[in-house]
Amino acid sequence: MAARVVSRDVRQARPGWAALATVVSLIYFFPVFWIILTAFKTYNDALAVPPQWLFTPTLDNFFSVFSRAMTYQGAAVDTGFDLFFFNSIFIAMTSVAIALVIGTAAAYGFSRYPLKGNDTYLFIILTTRMLPPIVVIIPIFIMFREVGLSGTYVGVILLYTAFNLPFTIWMMKSFFDELSREVEDAARMDGSSEVKVFFKVCLPQVIPGLAATAVFGLILTWNEYLFALLLTGVETRTVPVAMGQTIGGAIGVRWGLLAAIETLFLIPVVAVTFLLQNQLLRGVTFGTVKR
Amino acid sequence: MTVAASGVRTRGAFLALAWSLALVVALVVIPLAVWLLPGNAAFWVSLAAAALVAFTAAAFAYGRRNNGALLVAPAVALLVVMNIFPLLWSLGLSFFRYKANSVQPPAWLGINNFATVLSSPDVWDRLRTTGLIMVLTVSCQLVVGFLLALLFEKQFRGRRVLLMLVLTPMMLSYVAVGAFFRYYYEPTFGLLSQFVRLFTGEPFLLLNTPWGARAGIVFADAWMWSPFVMLLVLAGLVSVPAYLYEAAEIDRASWWRRFRTITFPYIRGLLLLALLFRTIEAFKLFDVVFLLNEGGPGTSNETIALYIYRQSFQYNKTSYATALAYIMLFVVVVLTNLYLYAVNRRAREAA
Repeated sequence: MAARVVSRDVRQARPGWAALATVVSLIYFFPVFWIILTAFKTYNDALAVPPQWLFTPTLDNFFSVFSRAMTYQGAAVDTGFDLFFFNSIFIAMTSVAIALVIGTAAAYGFSRYPLKGNDTYLFIILTTRMLPPIVVIIPIFIMFREVGLSGTYVGVILLYTAFNLPFTIWMMKSFFDELSREVEDAARMDGSSEVKVFFKVCLPQVIPGLAATAVFGLILTWNEYLFALLLTGVETRTVPVAMGQTIGGAIGVRWGLLAAIETLFLIPVVAVTFLLQNQLLRGVTFGTVKR
Repeated sequence: MTVAASGVRTRGAFLALAWSLALVVALVVIPLAVWLLPGNAAFWVSLAAAALVAFTAAAFAYGRRNNGALLVAPAVALLVVMNIFPLLWSLGLSFFRYKANSVQPPAWLGINNFATVLSSPDVWDRLRTTGLIMVLTVSCQLVVGFLLALLFEKQFRGRRVLLMLVLTPMMLSYVAVGAFFRYYYEPTFGLLSQFVRLFTGEPFLLLNTPWGARAGIVFADAWMWSPFVMLLVLAGLVSVPAYLYEAAEIDRASWWRRFRTITFPYIRGLLLLALLFRTIEAFKLFDVVFLLNEGGPGTSNETIALYIYRQSFQYNKTSYATALAYIMLFVVVVLTNLYLYAVNRRAREAA
């Protein structure tokens, strides 16, 4: 009897556990599910009392995200969301790409050639990321206004590059720290230069790490609100700012439109949470916790 | 041989001299430029001086074959320009009377701004509000996250997909969470109100009372971030070696005893990290509150970050806001230090 108990895998769930987990997960996911449902509703269905579970689905909300044209009580209203989508994607991709190049170099430096006061540098770098955005933004807002950078792509991309840099450095350093040094030393013995060791030995091993860092950087940048609210202009406005303005808008909140935008964004995010589940812990703690 | 060595030495000495010279020039030129020139010109002069220092420092590092300094230099330069320099500037501003919308030059105030901030009942009120929301949301996150982790510790079919569903809220934007909980809390067509009306027959105005709105904020924030705690606790739970549980089962140890002596030591460190990380984030709470109900009703749920935002961007009390921001910065630096201390201690224990 005892032998049977021991041989059972302690982590194998009892029957019924999966059912419980399913119920709990579905309840937890419900607010997101309702967003997706709202995305397919007409304006009236979204505001219906009692809430509509069964309705005729419509794709109008998705069309009005990109076509700029949306009818509201017979009048055409310009949503402008095609531009905001372009801005969000362009700003996020550019700043993440620059941060990845500069940050990976720095992470390799911090990992392989420790400076005097290495930990202090790393601490200051992490602190700049942990600071409340409101603390950082006041002087930058004034500075950008003086220099004429506010409302421009250059300004926003510069700021977001600095925003992504600490995250990139900590993430990539945690990946470099995990590599075994023996391979690198063997390459050095064979006469490889330091540059070659980096490009031919280390970098290929951290490609998955680079991908994870890039994806998390993209999500963080896409989601960022306060910096974008204060530093983007009419032409450089990003999706979160535009969504916030829609809520405060005069013509009544277009819940279906907001839900459609969020649903479009959900597809890549859900794919990421599924595919990068093993890197998620490291991603959300800025590379400070590996496992 | 000796000639080459002395050549390297003189070149090294020259580079070191150039670097120190550039540093001195920058330290003299930047304050002068900020003092005398209009903002725009002062910025570019400061930037040029900083670039000169960075360039000579890089040349010096290259001469010394210091790879570390060379690799790190671009990142440090960007962070100095975009973070350190603005922060020093706002530290300077906090000693002046300065309004961002006024043409009057800043007037020296000494530590008066800090004195005003610390003696203002509004500030203490906002700190209390922030602390209250912080304690409520972080404890909710710890409890819910812990329970979720216990649920997902076991292996079963479809675990990966269900985990994906539970982790999604954490990846959403604050704007989406704020906007959609506003939609769910709405008195006429909101889901919550309609649900309550089934029992009471009255529309339910959650956001109209201070405690109701607080509960709404805490619920939305805790819903969004409990998966974060779950992720950390889960990492701890999975790392417990199975043979310990097997031994406990032979000993017929009770569930509580098994948890206290086997499980808890493995998750203690991660639980502390989750607590500290979420505390730092909750202290900065802005977006959800701002988008859900602008800290209302009135100012009853205005967090400290929202208060600083209002003071600096709506009332243009710029230097007053920077003084308060610096107090906030100090708290976050202390908390981050504690967090990294916990991270390092955990790494040492694992090694």
